[in-house]
Amino acid sequence: MIHLWLPLTFSAVLFTVGIYGVLARRNAVMVLMSIELMLNAVNVNLVAFSQILHDNLLNGQIFALFVITVAAAEIGIGLAIVILIYRNRETVNVDEINLLKW
Amino acid sequence: MSVPEVAFAIVAVVGSIAAIRMVTTKNVVHGALYLVVTLGTVGAVYLILAAEFVAWVQIVIYVGAIVVLLLFSLMLTKAPIGRAALDNQQRGLAAIVALGALIGLIVLIQGAFSDVEGTVRPTPTEAVGTQLFKHFVLPFEVVSILLLAALIGAIALARRDEP
Repeated sequence: MIHLWLPLTFSAVLFTVGIYGVLARRNAVMVLMSIELMLNAVNVNLVAFSQILHDNLLNGQIFALFVITVAAAEIGIGLAIVILIYRNRETVNVDEINLLKW
Repeated sequence: MSVPEVAFAIVAVVGSIAAIRMVTTKNVVHGALYLVVTLGTVGAVYLILAAEFVAWVQIVIYVGAIVVLLLFSLMLTKAPIGRAALDNQQRGLAAIVALGALIGLIVLIQGAFSDVEGTVRPTPTEAVGTQLFKHFVLPFEVVSILLLAALIGAIALARRDEP
């Protein structure tokens, strides 16, 4: 027997640590890592609900697989953009990239 | 507490500490290695929840592919060392926002799910595959087109222009 609040609390901790990382870090690669942390927290939630509440259609697990796939696509594009910015601006600090800032 | 709950608690504490170290470390490469620990513990959580296929996908894609990609881009961009170079001035505000969100989420979870529990049943990979190709064929194909577009987009963005 597993209580549902255990995985949900772990997921909440991962998500809030991800929020802190996105808000407090300057390096764009670290921001992307924190976003990965938040996506993982969502996956833990989906799998926990699917397994503990006995989802016969396995929707939670399959959604977790789709989220992992979309996260892989997102990190590929994100890192390509980061490398392009580094080549043009010699920096990846998100607070120094303010060309579009009004 | 039952045996799976104790195992879950140990794994969750290790993963949470590694995640906190990841966002507070002074060296970006150490941050990536702490991310490996966190993603590995999330994989272990899937195993404790008896979702074996998602666990192996987690290990192969996250630890195997995404972390290698992150390490490569850390090597290709200049990675400074030190908190002043890695954190911006909003660190205190960010900590307040994160703590507030954590407290709110825990209050919500304890209010809604504090007495819900269940035994986990192992789901074989065969069941996941059958379900995926029976009810989720269209999303599966759409996701493969998305991956192809991301692949082409990443190549088009990152390659150098011909002189």
